[in-house]
Amino acid sequence: MTPQELENLAHLRRARDLIDRRYAEPLDVPTMAGRALMSPAHFSRQFRAAYGESPYNYLMTRRIERAMSLLRAGASVTEACMAVGCTSLGSFSSRFSEIVGETPTAYRRREHDAVAAMPACLARHRTRPVREASSRIREASPATAA
Amino acid sequence: MTIALQYCNITVNDVDESIAFYSVLGLQVQNDVASGEYRWVTLGSDAQPGLGIVLSAPHAGRSKANGDALQELLTKGELPMMVYRSDDVDATFEALRAIDAEVLQEPMEQGWGPRDCAFRDPSGNVVRIAQAPAA
Repeated sequence: MTPQELENLAHLRRARDLIDRRYAEPLDVPTMAGRALMSPAHFSRQFRAAYGESPYNYLMTRRIERAMSLLRAGASVTEACMAVGCTSLGSFSSRFSEIVGETPTAYRRREHDAVAAMPACLARHRTRPVREASSRIREASPATAA
Repeated sequence: MTIALQYCNITVNDVDESIAFYSVLGLQVQNDVASGEYRWVTLGSDAQPGLGIVLSAPHAGRSKANGDALQELLTKGELPMMVYRSDDVDATFEALRAIDAEVLQEPMEQGWGPRDCAFRDPSGNVVRIAQAPAA
């Protein structure tokens, strides 16, 4: 890798660290891009190439992962929503359901024994929701299975 | 039978830059071995005699392709973290912040245990530092 490529990757890493640290604040892509010393459009493309998802998706996944932790600890859905920097309960709930596969209320209600036994710094990575690389394949499968 | 950790390896982009960072943690150079254009530098501390932490570059002893792959993961911040123990985590935090190390997390009490903080080393490795339990 050229020194320039390495430098760019380090800038992207610093922007990702900024998202991980300041997820609860109103963060926008121009602010993240500023940390990476790139224009927003160039930053979004480079971030996706390095980390496999857009900066905004990364931020939302981080917020939902933190909300999952708060819900496991007994916070209400509204408390969790506000604490992770989401301002609309409706869009928080729909984003949560899309990423986690169940509503925040349902997630809060069930048992989470295995995660409770994990140190927080591990749980943060192990419980981070994984987005499907391509939803098209899954959507198509019922037709092919039949 | 007894067993103990004797050496562990940390991949860094620039060995000398990393020595400056890790010396703030109280680790001193114990050995510096060069082979070709690469070096393997062993750090250690009186706090844990017998444990050597070996710094080397991604391409040291590897093919270009594998070195490139490792260097990319390192710089993206994707390599596994190291966790250290300090008898004064707040003082360690201030010492690292004083050299402008990249802060990942200020010292805070963790629900599961100790007070801890976290930094990136100059290459992108996560360095987490936990408060040692009172003796």
